[in-house]
Amino acid sequence: MKAFVRTVVILALLGIILYPLFWVLGSSLKSQPEMLSNAGVLPEVFTPGNYPDGWSHLQTSFGRFFVNSTVVSLLVVLGNALSCLLAAFAFARLRFRGRATWFAIMVGTLLLPGHVLIVPQFIVFRQLDLVGGEFPYLPLILPHFLATEAFFVFLMVQFMRGIPRELDEAAKIDGCTTFGVFRNVILPLSRPALVTTAIFSFIWTWNDFFRQLVYVSDLPKYTVPVALRLFIDSQGQSEIGPMFAMSVLSLLPVFLFFLAFQKMLVEGINTSGLKG
Amino acid sequence: MALTTAPAPLHRAAKGPRVEPRGPRREGLAGYLFLTPWLVGLAAVTAVPMLMSLVLSFTDYDILSDWSELNWVGFANYERMFTQDPTFWHAVQVTVLFAVIATPLKLAAALGVALLLNKAIRGVGLYRSLFYLPSLLGGSVALAIVWVSMFSRDGAFNGFLALFGIAGPGWVNDPDYALGTLILLAVWQFGAPMVIFLAGLKQVPVELYEAASVDGAGALRKLRSITLPILSPVIFFNLVLETIHGFQGFTSAFVVSGGTGGPVDSTLMYTLYLYIKGFTDYEMGYASALAWVFLLAVGLLTVVLFSTGRFWVHYGDER
Repeated sequence: MKAFVRTVVILALLGIILYPLFWVLGSSLKSQPEMLSNAGVLPEVFTPGNYPDGWSHLQTSFGRFFVNSTVVSLLVVLGNALSCLLAAFAFARLRFRGRATWFAIMVGTLLLPGHVLIVPQFIVFRQLDLVGGEFPYLPLILPHFLATEAFFVFLMVQFMRGIPRELDEAAKIDGCTTFGVFRNVILPLSRPALVTTAIFSFIWTWNDFFRQLVYVSDLPKYTVPVALRLFIDSQGQSEIGPMFAMSVLSLLPVFLFFLAFQKMLVEGINTSGLKG
Repeated sequence: MALTTAPAPLHRAAKGPRVEPRGPRREGLAGYLFLTPWLVGLAAVTAVPMLMSLVLSFTDYDILSDWSELNWVGFANYERMFTQDPTFWHAVQVTVLFAVIATPLKLAAALGVALLLNKAIRGVGLYRSLFYLPSLLGGSVALAIVWVSMFSRDGAFNGFLALFGIAGPGWVNDPDYALGTLILLAVWQFGAPMVIFLAGLKQVPVELYEAASVDGAGALRKLRSITLPILSPVIFFNLVLETIHGFQGFTSAFVVSGGTGGPVDSTLMYTLYLYIKGFTDYEMGYASALAWVFLLAVGLLTVVLFSTGRFWVHYGDER
């Protein structure tokens, strides 16, 4: 196929694939009667009012939900980065009895469907009195401080194996302890893997619905996905515009991350070859 | 950072026979010290809950009653599931249908676009990223909302059909089509496997194509005899991941149906049924049994996939 034809085909496909995104962006700016009459992308009457309407549509302002989602996502990022880095260092660099077995178990948990554990995990957290209350997000956050997201451990192990061992040896000769090697050699050199982990952690937590639906039940504590869902439940015709506006806003952080780090995200998928 | 380098060390570490590393004792101690958070997580967040759900699946536990009142019911939950719960079978049917249709379509789209992008064209890096974008957004509630709206009676899709004089139904509200829209949403997110395919395609030696051209092979023949066999480990890898992934669809089914699995249970994915049983009906014992059947089914499926893989997956070192 000639390069030109190929490019045309690619662009046509991209047009179809990305159409829903353009469509929701355009529709979020349409007036109410236009929602039904105008199936195209561009609004005839520019109606930015959907945004403030959506923002204050529920009893609690959407700003609150954005803060909640951001807090949860950032803490998950912190937890994943810290705990997975420690585990990965042990798997990639340290020699100890049972390492191969533990590593195999870690890889096994990669394929474990998370939904299977939701019932007993809920019960455990409830027994620990961590469900509900002033800060109902601990069940969403704590597991990530315990390196339970095996995907990131695996990603970091793969990355660290690419760091030359000579650097460890040199640091040891210079008098570094094991922790010193971790702190002065592996940690700074693992930055790309850490950034990839941080971005994916943020996006996945930001988008996650299942767990947040289970653990967050008090309106002021709602996260963005759980709040968005209320629009669907009470979907009268008058609420479509505000619903689209808030949907667009909720996609925005992920989109910005995509813009800033697209290359890294795609490479990250390649390195580990998992999920997405 | 190529894909083929990734599985190799995994292979080595997971397979015996191998001599256990015996470093200096201090390093062994450090190893477990660094591993502590992960070990605690493995025990507290994975292993213990797994055992707990196994135990609970033999009880009629609901979240409201106390631990001391655990009421043993033997295999009653499992019996009920297989013999007295048509909804369970329905959920199984919906989930299998979803996975069996969505996974091959998604992989075919991923492979097709990867082949299209596997050429030195201007801007190919950007195109690759843009095709990947739906994989980042597609799992969100917001995108499910977009989907519902696009495929409703007055949605954009019917607006498009109207251009050709076709009056489409309300796709998401029609039991015949609702699952189809979910499948389409899943296929739409073909970018992640596509990126993995692209990395795999980069590993195919160019000389093979040149040699085939000399022998007079056409494009299709090259695809069948060179590209697909060499790519088969990557296809296999994507197939396993996407199949397992496909069985776990929850968000879109929940949003499309308002959490009910409707219309007429046509979008009642297994995980959604599990959620309804556990967190709407509070039948946690029954939900635990559902979870274990799910786990065993997915495990079995993985084993089956791996055993069929022997017949069509070619690893480079066999040749």
